[in-house]
Amino acid sequence: MVSQSFTILNPTGFHVRPTKTFVQTASTFPCKIFVINKGKRVNGKSSLSMLTLGIAANEEVTLEIDGEQETQALEALGKLLTDIHE
Amino acid sequence: MTAPLKGISASPGIAIARAFHLAHERFIPTQQAITDTDAEVGRFHLAVAVARDEIEVIRSSTAERLGEDKAEIFEGHLMILEDPDFIDAIALKITDEAMNAEFTLHETAQSFIELLQSMSDELLRGRAVDIEDVSGRIMSHLRGVPHMDLAGMTEECIIVAKDLTPSDTAQLNLEFVRGFVTEIGSRTSHSAIMARSLEIPAIVGIGAAVQQIPAQAVIVMDANEGIVLIAPTEEELTAYQDKKQKNDLRRMALSKLKDLPTLSADGKQVELAANIGKLEDIQRAIDNGAEGIGLFRTEFLYMGRSSLPTEEEQFTSYKYALEKMNPKPVVIRTLDIGGDKELPYMELPKESNPFLGQRALRLCLDRQDLFRTQLRALLRASRFGNLKIMFPMIAVLEELLEAKQLLEEEKQKLIAEGVQLADHIEIGMMVEIPAAAIAADLFAPEIDFFSIGTNDLIQYTMAADRMNETVAYLYQPWHPSLLRLIRFVIQAAEKEGKWVGMCGEMAGDETAIPLLLGLGLHEFSMSAGSILPARELISQLDQSSWSDYANQALTMRSTQEITQFVEHTRNGVIHHG
Repeated sequence: MVSQSFTILNPTGFHVRPTKTFVQTASTFPCKIFVINKGKRVNGKSSLSMLTLGIAANEEVTLEIDGEQETQALEALGKLLTDIHE
Repeated sequence: MTAPLKGISASPGIAIARAFHLAHERFIPTQQAITDTDAEVGRFHLAVAVARDEIEVIRSSTAERLGEDKAEIFEGHLMILEDPDFIDAIALKITDEAMNAEFTLHETAQSFIELLQSMSDELLRGRAVDIEDVSGRIMSHLRGVPHMDLAGMTEECIIVAKDLTPSDTAQLNLEFVRGFVTEIGSRTSHSAIMARSLEIPAIVGIGAAVQQIPAQAVIVMDANEGIVLIAPTEEELTAYQDKKQKNDLRRMALSKLKDLPTLSADGKQVELAANIGKLEDIQRAIDNGAEGIGLFRTEFLYMGRSSLPTEEEQFTSYKYALEKMNPKPVVIRTLDIGGDKELPYMELPKESNPFLGQRALRLCLDRQDLFRTQLRALLRASRFGNLKIMFPMIAVLEELLEAKQLLEEEKQKLIAEGVQLADHIEIGMMVEIPAAAIAADLFAPEIDFFSIGTNDLIQYTMAADRMNETVAYLYQPWHPSLLRLIRFVIQAAEKEGKWVGMCGEMAGDETAIPLLLGLGLHEFSMSAGSILPARELISQLDQSSWSDYANQALTMRSTQEITQFVEHTRNGVIHHG
């Protein structure tokens, strides 16, 4: 299992568009992907569950990834979390 | 007579028509045990597939009618149809618990809806509507009941509903739908945003009182005021028909001006820009035909938090604004804090005269760490659009030169780091202290533009606090002393080939605009809602005549004389000229 924390820079938080990109990317990996924010842990392949986290700008988000291609997934998704500006 | 209902005006306009109650049937399924769970899962997947096909069709027709950005809502709906925690979870539950698809769908959708509705973020609360929309569609296919077809209307009506789902709104037949009134919703809900882009009047958030509207009753909705009249009297009806006609004519005239340049009757071009105080205002500026952002207040980045914003956070916001407006200009004002605007985490000392104290640029020159961070963020964002940097509260030349020096130093550092910057960034200063206005000719060679900040310039010129009721009468925007200062600044700038803008209440004031145009102001920056009326007004004014009138006004002795003169002249020129 791998895990790392990231800070969301997108000024409008983490709404529909970034969530979509994130979930689409997450879904291409065979491993289990969890997103943790404010003590809640949800499936990173579900946009609805991701929305219920209500991630706002400047908040810290932890990725917990377990299974095949976990390091590749962590790298790709971590990059999305810090890169997504809109 | 029934008392008028009051709600939030989500999209302006007036409509008079019969009420059409859109009852989204609140179907609550009962729980039933299923023996053939495989068949039940199959039935569920089929309903999902049909729903997906329908949404695809709505998505592409919305993209065609309203543009790709509005169609994005339906991308979100398609995403829900692929969500493992929703679709797969329902299929799994049907199998595990041997429960009917309708009940399982209802339960799962409800749990997400409740979760989202409990969130503090208004935008996220709004997503609950999407789940209702999508699950309602799947539900109607499970039950073999066709989805309510709003496209098939045949009579003029005003839709009355609890809320309109995005797919309802996208399918409204505008040939017949005159407006809509909803029980819940806010200015930022989907239905409100859609109503504004469809340009039909909408009043949202009226509350349970919408149920008082009898089906088929004639109602009047005045979405300018957020009022609904039920069963109006003859006089009310006539009055509103009259008001509606005027309103429609004006809206038509104004909406035609949205993408046009701002030209006076004799062909002189000026620029109308918007003042913004948060990122969300940018869309409103664009929707109202702004030719740029004339004042981007950066204070929002620093307020409502417990520490200074990082360079990265600022960069992201500036880049967003510049990209969104590109290639139109964005004038970003460096931090204007201190005075009455406090930042608790900075622990600024209390001052006995905060307005005459260490605020804005004075504070930034003292706290260079925070100023340099902002300058770096601005410079890094510069290559993403048309950035102009503006320094506030300058009294003497040395302050401007020091600010420019710090900017240059940060620029050189970034270049040495290999960071790509815009080739040219215009540098400007606010004129809000009389000392700067009176010495505008000394400042002009050092800048690319001036922007006159009228709120403070008037207070400092008159030595009167406009919030102090006993002296508020001295807050006189078109007093000859002010007009003289403005004229002097414009003349000094023009001698050096520089431009002058104005940000502040006065730039959007219909009494002041003719004089400002006459004085030769190049850019007017105002709240977004004032832009189209200002563009219309300017198109009716003759710049060269108003240049003469402004000269006359400058010889007058009081605000009262000037105001009367302007009103008299405007009426004469516009209605009889």
